[in-house]
Amino acid sequence: MLRYTAQRLLLVIPTLIAVAVLVFFLVRVLPGDPVEVKLIGEFGDVNPELIYKERKRLGLEDPLHIQFVNFMVGLPQGDMGISLVTERPLTQEIGARITISIELAFFATLLSVIIAFPLGTAAALYRGTWFDYVIRIITIGGLAVPSFWFGMLIIMALLATVGKLPSLDTAGLFEDPMANLYTLFWPALSVGYRYSSVIARMLRSSILEVLAEDYIRTARAKGLYERIVIVKHGMRNALLPTVTVVGLEFAFLIGGLVVTEQVFNINGIGKMFVEAVQFNDMTMLQGLVLIVATSFVLINLLVDLLYAALDPRIRYQA
Amino acid sequence: MNDTQEKNDVLLDVEDLEVEFHTGAGVVRAVDGTSFKVHRGEFLSIVGESGCGKSVTALSLMRLLPRKTAAVKAKKIMFDGIDLSTLPEAEMRELRGRHISMIFQEPMTSLNPVLTIGDQITEPLITHLKMSQKEADIRAIELINMVGIPDPERRITQYPHQFSGGMRQRAMIAIGLACEPKLIIADEPTTALDVTIQAQILELLKDISDRLGIAVILITHNLGVVAAYADRVNVMYAARIIERGSSSNIFGAPAHPYTVGLMRSVPRLDKPRVGRLATIEGMPPNLLAPPQGCRFRDRCPIAEQKCEETPPTTTAPGTIEDHTVACWKNEFAKENAPILYGSETAIEKEKSAHGEKVLLNVNGLKQYFNISIREGLKSHKVDIRAVDDMSFNVREGETVGLVGESGCGKTSAGRAILHLDNPTAGNIEFDGNLLNGGNIAAVRRDMQVIFQDPFSSLNPRMKVGQILEEPIKVHKLRDGKSARLDRVAELLTQVGLYPYMADRYPHELSGGQRQRVGIARALALEPRLIICDEPVSALDVSVQAQIINLLEDLQNDLGLAYVFIAHDLAVVRHISHRVIVMYLGKVMEVGEGNTLYDNPQHPYTQALLDAAPVPDPEIERNRQRTILEGDIPSPLNPPSGCVFSTRCPMVTDECKSMVPELNDFALGHGVACIKIGAS
Amino acid sequence: MTVSAPTENESDADIKTSAQQLKAEQPSRRTVSDFIKQQPLGTIGFLIIVILFLSAIFAPDVAPYDPEEVDFMASPALGGGAPGSEHLLGGDAFGRDILSRLIFGARTALSIGFFSAFIGCSIGAIIGIVSAFAGGKVDILVQRGIDLLLSFPIIILAILVIAIVPKNVVFGIDINVIIAISIPFIPKCARVIRSAALSIVTLAYVDAAKAAGYKGSRIVFRHILPNVVAPYLILITAYIGQAILLEASLSFLGLGVVEPTPSWGLMLAGVNSDYYITAPWMIVFPGLAVTLAVFAFNLLGDSLRDWLDPKLKL
Repeated sequence: MLRYTAQRLLLVIPTLIAVAVLVFFLVRVLPGDPVEVKLIGEFGDVNPELIYKERKRLGLEDPLHIQFVNFMVGLPQGDMGISLVTERPLTQEIGARITISIELAFFATLLSVIIAFPLGTAAALYRGTWFDYVIRIITIGGLAVPSFWFGMLIIMALLATVGKLPSLDTAGLFEDPMANLYTLFWPALSVGYRYSSVIARMLRSSILEVLAEDYIRTARAKGLYERIVIVKHGMRNALLPTVTVVGLEFAFLIGGLVVTEQVFNINGIGKMFVEAVQFNDMTMLQGLVLIVATSFVLINLLVDLLYAALDPRIRYQA
Repeated sequence: MNDTQEKNDVLLDVEDLEVEFHTGAGVVRAVDGTSFKVHRGEFLSIVGESGCGKSVTALSLMRLLPRKTAAVKAKKIMFDGIDLSTLPEAEMRELRGRHISMIFQEPMTSLNPVLTIGDQITEPLITHLKMSQKEADIRAIELINMVGIPDPERRITQYPHQFSGGMRQRAMIAIGLACEPKLIIADEPTTALDVTIQAQILELLKDISDRLGIAVILITHNLGVVAAYADRVNVMYAARIIERGSSSNIFGAPAHPYTVGLMRSVPRLDKPRVGRLATIEGMPPNLLAPPQGCRFRDRCPIAEQKCEETPPTTTAPGTIEDHTVACWKNEFAKENAPILYGSETAIEKEKSAHGEKVLLNVNGLKQYFNISIREGLKSHKVDIRAVDDMSFNVREGETVGLVGESGCGKTSAGRAILHLDNPTAGNIEFDGNLLNGGNIAAVRRDMQVIFQDPFSSLNPRMKVGQILEEPIKVHKLRDGKSARLDRVAELLTQVGLYPYMADRYPHELSGGQRQRVGIARALALEPRLIICDEPVSALDVSVQAQIINLLEDLQNDLGLAYVFIAHDLAVVRHISHRVIVMYLGKVMEVGEGNTLYDNPQHPYTQALLDAAPVPDPEIERNRQRTILEGDIPSPLNPPSGCVFSTRCPMVTDECKSMVPELNDFALGHGVACIKIGAS
Repeated sequence: MTVSAPTENESDADIKTSAQQLKAEQPSRRTVSDFIKQQPLGTIGFLIIVILFLSAIFAPDVAPYDPEEVDFMASPALGGGAPGSEHLLGGDAFGRDILSRLIFGARTALSIGFFSAFIGCSIGAIIGIVSAFAGGKVDILVQRGIDLLLSFPIIILAILVIAIVPKNVVFGIDINVIIAISIPFIPKCARVIRSAALSIVTLAYVDAAKAAGYKGSRIVFRHILPNVVAPYLILITAYIGQAILLEASLSFLGLGVVEPTPSWGLMLAGVNSDYYITAPWMIVFPGLAVTLAVFAFNLLGDSLRDWLDPKLKL
């Protein structure tokens, strides 16, 4: 297991490097000049010489490969450059707002898994009953309902019942856990609806598939208690494809944060992302995309390791 | 055994078992009122072709059929004094794995891949015998020893994917044995295994049955296995037991036309080819709408008006023992068995002689596959020697059989000759022309192929007619559409199908019909040589005979040469003029068919022939066999020197350092073994 | 010269009687009426899609009002706009009829949805097939590329592309949005089609085609491609739904289509927080439209999968 972990860790590094390179070049293709937009915004019409000087100052006139080297060298040191709009270091800007997004993502994942597992399992075991149908309809909804609209509906419900929205001044988790969790619960639910639907569906279908396998028949032929057959023999195998899907769909969750933070007016990096595009803040965009992609790669690494921990066929090559 | 002893020793008494499946398409009666008994310590075999209901019978005895779709009824199922048909589920569960165990066909999928073997063996011990984990572990090691798996302490902690096929099946037997049951049901336990491994497993099963007095119900379609091991036999057809009796009677004096047909349609391993195989025409009936009366009626050579009424099960004529048969004309069938399926003269048809001209010449063929093996962080490349220096030739109109177990390289050799995978080294000459990547296209017409799997060998999106028309069109063999369509009709008729089947899609045909289409496609190009890669392995016994006869007739009529690749030794003997025996990529022995089978020289050939059972209980009972130990080595790690050295009963140190050449033991008979002298 | 009697009995295939596998193999006929019978949910999905399509095409005739027609009497800002006889689904902040805007919005949703999915999946499919057939280094390179692109959540990729590609409206359709949405679909499609193609390439009938001396192009077009069509169709149907969702999300963020193009997402974007209580219909109906459309395509896609290729893992 240790060997496999080391193996995978080493493989992640070239992937991350490739991601960084891709992001760098993608973002350079942006049309429009953020500096020009910014100066025009501040001073009205501006002469090109001033624009050129600003660009030089910000390092945007340097040849591409110099910019690239600076970028790549700075990364391992934690330097992602500066925001073209605020001119403050990106690490500072992003750092200030990333905590809440991480919390939200984590909370949403937790919530989704907690909801999806019992529901998906029950739907599989009580297949064909009205319970199963209800769950299936709910999960189909999760795939079709736009998460931002769901968020809006939640807000409507909150306004109608409680009369007010959770406080926007979201206190930190450790300062005031109850208020914090209460505030984040609703957006977590909103973005987690889809996530939990996908997980529940996958779990249901994989349990059904597994229960049709030969080794379940063998387990029954041994006269084991049905409970043990389903849990020990069935669930462990059904978990495998489910775990993979949890990892893959995490990307949707991250994407969902972008709209959800907008709807619930949460000051996280999702909102930052939209702002960066609106203000043409190229470096900010670059930094955010890099962070998102990197976190996705790392999450998938974790998922792979979890999978290997569960499946001896991966741990021990025959 | 005399009568009173028999009665006291009855372990299982099934009366009037019926199993119905409620499918989307209707109700299927998979078992239609069968009755039989099993005595203590007895070895009973239930034999029949696919769809006859034998597996369903086993599963219904264990009550393992899904309750929602399957309805099981019986007058009684008495097991050791308990009626299983009325037993509450909780008590049935206690019986399962404890007093009755079951072993399944596919050892890979029948074991849970995420649990250790030890865990899976100790489960029934803990559940039924209430052992502690420690006690169970000790017993598990005992069991693993008992089933012949070496190094038990280490094996207990391993997972199924780390075991070979044969070892997995042994592990399954260990699981079945754990609580010392009174009855073990084995559902096709060796069908997925190689011949030499099959022999090991069956011997183990028989040994356990004899030593521990455990009754065994062995379900199989392999008549040789039945003859070698079974005391009694139930023959099933279309959900009914149509004949039942002792092994000697069933084989020696069958009384049902189906049993007679089955016996006579199986090629013999131990006798030279006598003539064409008897064939039972047609196919088993559709159980969604079975025919009235006797279900074998439509295929039976002696059916008459009376057979529209279901024949009762009566005692077979001239026997005192429990030999029953369900046929109105059982006396007639028994007396006229040899000629039921065609007169003696019609069946006796000489094998066609072959020409002298060499059509295909293979010299020093090597097929190595280079793959990367990852070990930790590094990966290194390894050569798998699928075919390692093989030379042989095929003459016009000749059938050369290529036989061997898995990993022997026979299929790779076929593919290399066809250049489906380019050979690593060696010369292949067709009709005097050296083949290479460049001129292979010109030869494609002359050298065709038939595949094993009737399902995947035909494009599901093309109609049969289109599949057959395509080669004609591409190679411009006929002028104009209507000429091509005429040829398609001709081809279909040639392989025994109706021309209107050209309008069908492959999934609308049966396995046997699809295989015929595959043959027709090969014929469409008017080849001179056809590589047959396991063409009958996926078919039922009665359909096999049809296809084998078809291939022989085509050879007679069209002068075709065949390279016949198969693992079934009897089939290969029947159809081949010459035979090549392969093991791990190397040729072990080559010679004229009858000579090789009657007088095998190489220890591997001898072991192979020893391992394969013959459908004749008398012969089997008196046979001396040496069963090979151990598993077939992995091609990733072949033994040094002679590849057979790890399992050879005659091995010496010399064998491990020298690779034996193929020496001429006698004219036309080559043997690759340093212990066998050249002539 | 018949060699053995023709085998007449075409009993329905081989009935596998092992307990778990007992289904009489019905030749899955490919006619439409069979589909309706065996896949009722998919048929419902299909019908909904047809209705949406027709409303979109005949929007000017079907919609009761002009979608841009402003009517301050029907605005909730002035106390009106509730769903009623005049405005079936109510009016928005400017008093524009919501039902009409929904119907016109269907045009945007369906056209962007369809084109994005079609372009993305087709390019992806071609890449997948070529990669599978070429094998070797090409295949490995393409796979790495696919994996790389798949490290980005699709909305992030789409937003990036939106930021890059200049706005371009042709015939009332926003090309840049279509490009932005189709690009994330390319790697996903390529992966699925590649593995479908790979599994076909190893099948015996492809070997038979090679052995019969058919040219590579014939093998690809006649034998491999038709068997890849099924996963391709299933993917497109599923991704049209995803594309509609993505378009709505982008427009909601202000990064997709802009006024005056009608879009369900846009209708949700402009909702002032006051209206959450006073005019819930402004929120409920546009979102419901998106849900319904995506739902219909998902139903159809699931049914197609059951019908054509149940083992397909998307």
